[in-house]
Amino acid sequence: MANITYRQALNDALCEEVERDENVVIIGEEVAQFDGAYKVTEGMLKRFGPKRIVDAPISEAGFLGMGIGASMLGIRPVMELMFWSFSYVAFDQLFNNAAAVRYMSGGLINCPIVVRGPANGGTNVGATHSHTPENLAANHPGLKVVCPSNAADAKGLMKTAIRDNDPVFVMENTILYNQKWDVPEGDHTVPLGKANILREGKDLSLIAHGRAAITALQAAEQLKAEHNIDAEVLDLRSIRPLDEEAILETVKKTNRAVLVEENKPFCGVDAQISHLIQEKAFDYLDAPILRVSSIDAPQIYCKKLEDIQIPNVDRVIKRVLELR
Amino acid sequence: MPDADHTDAKVNKDLTPEQKIQLYRDMVRIRRFEERSVRVYQQGKIGGFLHLYIGQEAVAVGTVSLMGEHDHIITAYRDHGHALAVGMGMNECMAELQGKHTGCSKGKGGSMHFFAPDKNYWGGHGIVGGQTPLGAGIAYALKYRDLKGCCLCFMGDGAVNQGAFHEALNLAQLWQLPVVYIIENNGYSMGTSQSRSSAYDDYLAKRAEGYNMAWDVVNGNDVYSVRAVTAEAMKRAHEKSEPTLLEIITYRYRGHSMSDPDKTYRDKQEIQEYKEQKDPITLFQNTLLKEGVITEEQISSIDKDARKEAEDAATFADKSPFPPVESITEDIYWEEDNRTEETNSKGTIIFE
Ligand SMILES: Cc1ncc(C[n+]2csc(CCOP(=O)(O)OP(=O)(O)O)c2C)c(N)n1
Ligand SMILES: [Mg+2]
Repeated sequence: MANITYRQALNDALCEEVERDENVVIIGEEVAQFDGAYKVTEGMLKRFGPKRIVDAPISEAGFLGMGIGASMLGIRPVMELMFWSFSYVAFDQLFNNAAAVRYMSGGLINCPIVVRGPANGGTNVGATHSHTPENLAANHPGLKVVCPSNAADAKGLMKTAIRDNDPVFVMENTILYNQKWDVPEGDHTVPLGKANILREGKDLSLIAHGRAAITALQAAEQLKAEHNIDAEVLDLRSIRPLDEEAILETVKKTNRAVLVEENKPFCGVDAQISHLIQEKAFDYLDAPILRVSSIDAPQIYCKKLEDIQIPNVDRVIKRVLELR
Repeated sequence: MPDADHTDAKVNKDLTPEQKIQLYRDMVRIRRFEERSVRVYQQGKIGGFLHLYIGQEAVAVGTVSLMGEHDHIITAYRDHGHALAVGMGMNECMAELQGKHTGCSKGKGGSMHFFAPDKNYWGGHGIVGGQTPLGAGIAYALKYRDLKGCCLCFMGDGAVNQGAFHEALNLAQLWQLPVVYIIENNGYSMGTSQSRSSAYDDYLAKRAEGYNMAWDVVNGNDVYSVRAVTAEAMKRAHEKSEPTLLEIITYRYRGHSMSDPDKTYRDKQEIQEYKEQKDPITLFQNTLLKEGVITEEQISSIDKDARKEAEDAATFADKSPFPPVESITEDIYWEEDNRTEETNSKGTIIFE
């Protein structure tokens, strides 16, 4: 095990894959000469040269579409979005071309592209820069979506995503970039669609993805210490494919579920999870399923209020106590 | 072209000494505001991004000084200079940077999202190039309503590579919209120099030729030149309802935003050279001294006043309250904020 940052874990994954497969190229704004807007690609230009690590102009529709086209011929582009919020200017490329080219060609064409970058609020930058489009992407069959919550998953999911033959959107979190976790050494991969129990418990299940899983974990520790409530925490890791089995299993074990996400509530990921539980584990539920999401408004700039808008430990605990 | 001398252009010759001093004062006020905001940022009272306008003051001040009743303006996220130039107060701007309730957007927009529609200022836009179709839209509305005005739509040199910008250029020329697109070319888009991001021949503005649109290039360190060339474009918009693509050559002294270490893409000497030889404020100060329009005493009192105004704004922002928690779900829908029994749609619109 190495104790490294989420950022370093991503960097390791990218370097190892560029090294392993000559078709992997990294393309994005400021990824090369500037070493990455968030330094995820730091040192890569120096190490791999300008054929493999490519700076793009501010033309997301153009360069993402180009990456999708190149992937159809077997290149494996890993495209950086400085923020997932900027994917909105490339909507057609991602949500028409990448999502549907395989289907519309009757399976003749594959699109092995990875689009990655941060997709989070909480950084005091206002509505245009704080979108969390994992629900939006997962609503498009043909796309895969993962939201790593820690460094080990960031590395493992990234490597799997790059080797995957379908378009995979990796949604990272700038607030996690500097945090450290133990990461297995060597060729560490994590399968898509495999959820992870971050904490075992018996009283209720906190189900979450991305940074919300970390918030849920902190809330669980506090619930144990202050209220003697023993919460299980399930980190989805991957939104599509979704580990339905793990969700049902934890609910069948604890009989109560509180769903936590940084998505907005309406048509958020947890609306789907909630539906799944009521359909397939209804008889196991001892209480209604509750949710904690971002407050339903465009992201507010004011940091003090944004910290309330996004689910925090206090809001999770309050919700859990309502459950009893 | 950028080295042309525009001192004798009518719009400059017509200026009274008071008006010239006002141009100077507006540039100094922007610089002092920006410098003060750096300190507020360093004190940890501003988070997120802070994109400074230092070095580019003559562009906003020169262009905005030409605006009449029906002229409008819209820009990107490097928006504090334009805000002060149109007459927004330092208080509301500084408070917005700190996310305070007294800010121009009630603490909801932040540094990148200033707005003052009462001053014909339509923002403050965070997504590169996102404002360029809006600029065409404002021009469309003016034309539709038979108003003799235009829209000044600003963007950076990096924004010219967004698809939306090209679609907007085509629409503007095709539909003869009174919009003046202004590329504030400061040489870099974040850490990428112009030559590493754009394919072009001589000038970025020359791309207008592909749309059969009028274009020009001007030295943005000289406020007279900025005024002369922008006035021509505005005249074209006012009198013929035709768009123009202007490129104003300028320079930013600071990093892209406060978080840019500014180490990978240019050398310190280049910045130093601009500060010493091409600073728009120093250049205009010298011009006004030479013209005998301003005295050394006036210069120092303008500076002193601007510093005090910025200092007071920082104090105002400090003392202002944060917005109340309930305000998170206000200002989303007109209908919700103006709820009556009869006029509203049914059903839930904001979700728990
Ligand atoms: C669509 C989109 N892509 C990327 C960004 C991130 N970004 C913000 S500013 C910027 C550089 C823009 O440079 P330029 O247009 O030259 O304006 P300047 O900052 O020099 O004023 C980038 C890449 C963004 N805000 N929007
Ligand atoms: Mg620029």
